[in-house]
Amino acid sequence: MKFTLSWLKAHLETDASIDNIVEAMTMAGLEVEHVDNPAEALSAFTVAHVISAEKHPDADKLKVCTVETFEGTKQIVCGAPNAHAGMKAVYAPLGTYIPGADFALDKKPRKIRGIESHGMLCSAKELNAGEDHDGIIDLKGDWQVGAPAAEALGANDPVIDFEVTPNRPDWLGVDGIARDLAAAGLGKVITPAPKQIKGAFPCPVEIRLEWPEACPVFAGRYIRGVKNGPSPDWLKRRLEAIGLRPINILADITNFVSYDRCRPLHVYDAGKIGQTIIARRGKGEADRFEALDGKHYTPSAEHCVIADEEHCLGLGGVMGGEMSGVTDGTVNVFLECAWFDPEITRATGRATGIESDARYRFERGVDTGSIETGIDLATQLIVELCGGEVSEIRMAGEAPSAPEPIEFPVSEVKRLTGLDLPGGIVTKILMDLGFGVAGSGDKLHVEVPTFRRDCTMKADLVEEIARIHGYNRIEAVSLPKLPGRREPTATEGQNRARHARRALAVRGYHEAVTWSFCHRDQAALFGGHGEGLELANPISSDLDVMRPTALIHLLTALQENADKGIEDPRLFEAGPIYLTDKPDGQRMAVAGVRYCAAGRHWAGTREADLFDAKADAIAALEAAGAPVESLQVAAEARNWWHPGRSGVLRLGPKNVLAEFGELHPRVLKALGVEGRVIGFEILLDGIPSPKKKAETKARPALDRAGLTPVKRDFAFLVDSAVAADTLVRAAKGADKAMITDVSVFDVYAGKGVPEGQVSLAIEAVIQPREKTLTDKEIDAVAAKIVASVEKATGAALRG
Amino acid sequence: MAGPGDIDALKTELLSAVDAAADEAALEALRVEALGKKGKISLMMRSLGQMSPEERQTMGPALNGLKDTIGEAIAAKKAALEDAALDARLATERADVTLPIRPEPRGKLHPVTQVMEELAVIFSDMGFTVAEGPDVEDDFHNFTALNFPEGHPARDTHDTFFMKPREDGSQMVLRTHTSPVQIRTMMTQKPPIRIIAPGRVYRCDWDQTHTPMFHQVEGLVIDKGAHMGHLKGILMDFLAAFFETDTVEAQFRPHHFPFTEPSAEMDVKYSRVGDAVKIGEGESWMEILGCGMVHPNVIRSCGLDPDEYQGFAWGMGVDRLAMLKYGAPDLRDYFANDTRWLAHYGFSPLLQANLATGLS
Repeated sequence: MKFTLSWLKAHLETDASIDNIVEAMTMAGLEVEHVDNPAEALSAFTVAHVISAEKHPDADKLKVCTVETFEGTKQIVCGAPNAHAGMKAVYAPLGTYIPGADFALDKKPRKIRGIESHGMLCSAKELNAGEDHDGIIDLKGDWQVGAPAAEALGANDPVIDFEVTPNRPDWLGVDGIARDLAAAGLGKVITPAPKQIKGAFPCPVEIRLEWPEACPVFAGRYIRGVKNGPSPDWLKRRLEAIGLRPINILADITNFVSYDRCRPLHVYDAGKIGQTIIARRGKGEADRFEALDGKHYTPSAEHCVIADEEHCLGLGGVMGGEMSGVTDGTVNVFLECAWFDPEITRATGRATGIESDARYRFERGVDTGSIETGIDLATQLIVELCGGEVSEIRMAGEAPSAPEPIEFPVSEVKRLTGLDLPGGIVTKILMDLGFGVAGSGDKLHVEVPTFRRDCTMKADLVEEIARIHGYNRIEAVSLPKLPGRREPTATEGQNRARHARRALAVRGYHEAVTWSFCHRDQAALFGGHGEGLELANPISSDLDVMRPTALIHLLTALQENADKGIEDPRLFEAGPIYLTDKPDGQRMAVAGVRYCAAGRHWAGTREADLFDAKADAIAALEAAGAPVESLQVAAEARNWWHPGRSGVLRLGPKNVLAEFGELHPRVLKALGVEGRVIGFEILLDGIPSPKKKAETKARPALDRAGLTPVKRDFAFLVDSAVAADTLVRAAKGADKAMITDVSVFDVYAGKGVPEGQVSLAIEAVIQPREKTLTDKEIDAVAAKIVASVEKATGAALRG
Repeated sequence: MAGPGDIDALKTELLSAVDAAADEAALEALRVEALGKKGKISLMMRSLGQMSPEERQTMGPALNGLKDTIGEAIAAKKAALEDAALDARLATERADVTLPIRPEPRGKLHPVTQVMEELAVIFSDMGFTVAEGPDVEDDFHNFTALNFPEGHPARDTHDTFFMKPREDGSQMVLRTHTSPVQIRTMMTQKPPIRIIAPGRVYRCDWDQTHTPMFHQVEGLVIDKGAHMGHLKGILMDFLAAFFETDTVEAQFRPHHFPFTEPSAEMDVKYSRVGDAVKIGEGESWMEILGCGMVHPNVIRSCGLDPDEYQGFAWGMGVDRLAMLKYGAPDLRDYFANDTRWLAHYGFSPLLQANLATGLS
């Protein structure tokens, strides 16, 4: 919302400076966004007197002027045809920045066709003070040499732009701003009451309200014999200053009243409408009309239409129609001052996409008590500026009832703000803001004015009192600590992520934060987006579904890093993935990616492979508190992983905690990622919680077997389809009490091993418990291992 | 029959042979020659049995002495040869220690997660727990329960991302703020409540200072006496702790949020120090967060009585806090995942923000 200082002063008697006004607005909740003071841009320009203007000896169109300025007499070469002796002009000294032309004068005098010019005489356009560029400004009036040009041009009226919060439609009128500033102690409200003009004849236009929910009240008035045309300068200037384009007097009056009192109006050319004006639901195609914005609209039954017996004339509270609009030739007019329901106005506005000042006001809630004052003020202005004879007011329907009064205990102010205010201050603030206050002591009965429908309860009044009294007077107090011992405040899930993130960063991965949404085709590579997770209004078509995995953007980011020439980038993210649109459909994933890079090093290198990804996944899981010794590994990763070089880590057959391996080359290609990439994705939510909280944090006693363990090696020939993990588990399970560890130390296929088989060599650690084992006893355990492995895998001990 | 003179001669001979042994093999051969079963000394020892008791009296100790002397000499020589051999080996084992180590890449943690951990630490000290909620929200939690009635213009200010309508016509949204977590908390916990809720939020806006996804942290206090003075106090305490400064000059301006009444925006004084910003004092005000007393309608929609329970809430941008404290002025960099940026602006994983050792 924009207004000018002079406009405000038509409603508020004040001596306050612009800075004080801005400060008071800010502290009362009217957040000033910008103050445009045109005088500042013109501060270098002053009034000068042209003593003489002679033709340039070497140029027909140039004149050599002798000019009296605030810094003495200057010789200025000027091209304006209207430059003449005796005129008052606007002088720009050397070096001045000319805002309308966007250039600065040279700091030294320049020779123009051989004659030095010491400055410039400006046109209105060069000062952004008008469109005129045919000649220099010829100031009318008795201006002293050296007077500020801004003053002489009437361009010294600052424009204030501030943010109107949606709860305060009354701030969309300058009178409402004045009311708040007066309450805040800045001056006195002097908003003039409109003159009431008695009608000379009955209003010939009938009004019928067929949809009272949308338009409960409609006042109309016929004015005949008006003379429309361009508005007077004061009105044009007022509108232009806040960025509105003057059209003609009648249209400008409606715009003026809209901003002056937050009272939108409409004026119809009475010669173009029928005898009855109807506010009703739209009728679709039959109501198709051209609005004042030049576009055609088809109002539906959800939209409030103003019509006569035959045509739709406009959308109520949103925009009028082109056909019935006033023109310079309009002689008789019908004036509308109605009230439209905020929600229906909003729905109409949204459906049609029309942004208008009327819509903006009605959808926030125009004062229901402004029907009479609105039509009176408009009538007064029309008669003053266009003449004409006015009819009686025709009033249809009834304004919505006044807001409910509020029973207000003064103690509520202290309860919510800590401010301890006497009842007198509370009452004064409320009355200054237009509330009616009755009662005394702690119990006040507060009548809410019709322009403050945002106030419906005690807390609303507390805000009014606190903001006018001043939030800065509320004393800051530290929140008292809660008594007793406090549990750690992080949840188990938060701690899991925290630890997993650290494990991965320690292992060389940088932590990324990537978009929660992705392209549907990207999601399709990873099993597709979840049901209900398609955005209706994506920011771009690249980000139109919620991601089913955290891998997508990590992979593309990996490529972007590589494109910048960064060697072996590694990225991980701990963030959400989305499986369904339910709250439990969001999971915490920890994913990481890196290239199968070998790097180069003088001591030799090894290319990273899926076992690095597996190690990273296990490290992150372990940090997150997963029982990694119980993890099962299976080559069951889904189809965005390399079919032969990927797997899952799971607890039991169903609880898959992680997938790892090489990404599928086709997926990488589709994502535009070059080269081989390994990665993993972990779901932290699947990690089981500790069963229950132990009574103490003491650890169980350490079982430190005192006897030296025995190691035995075995080599098995086994079908290559058998997982090494199956064989290792079989060996471990052969004698759980004695065998404490089994590890694979060699895997070989090729010469000497039959086709389709592999030689797997394992080392078993046998831990004697009570006494040293005899060879016979060790042999017995070894035999169990062989038997168990053979049974589980069909392997044969290699001879 | 050998006499004492022979022993002396043999001793001299053997000692010089030990001394002359060039390597361990020669020394071993010498040991066998002298002390082996058929060695010279052993043979002489064997002849003791044929001697008279008197001769034995003198020859026995002499022979034993010889045996010990030669044994010790051999051991000493052996040690000397081993030392020399080790020295010779070590002399060949030279590396150029200036060569570089094998690469050990180290990752950094993202500034946003660092700041979230700092928030958790500071508010944990004031008794707050960290609460969470889903990103895909329903209309009730994101708007209605927060006193944004359907059709209210305040909804327009949120640039909401909508999911495609379900069959019943309802539409899920991407949460536009972390405030829905307030609702979820109040509906499931009994007061007193003190939570912060950091997380991802979404607005349909993308330019130099806006990204369609960013991070917010919500704070909520509900009990029987928490008022705006406490709100001011807690936020000033927080800013002092977070920006690690003793002075926090702040102002609260009235504002409007549907879910608070009275509502305020908080500005802090700041000054520019080079490219960075010093928060707490200075010439200009900077808006830093929105806050207010929880609206009675919000308290009511969570099943609590607003005449019995009251409290306050605030929300602020986590990315913005990170920018203000740690620099990195362009918001878009936070989501660009350039590893050079992450390495520069990120944090060591060994760092754990806490009050004992510091936030960062």
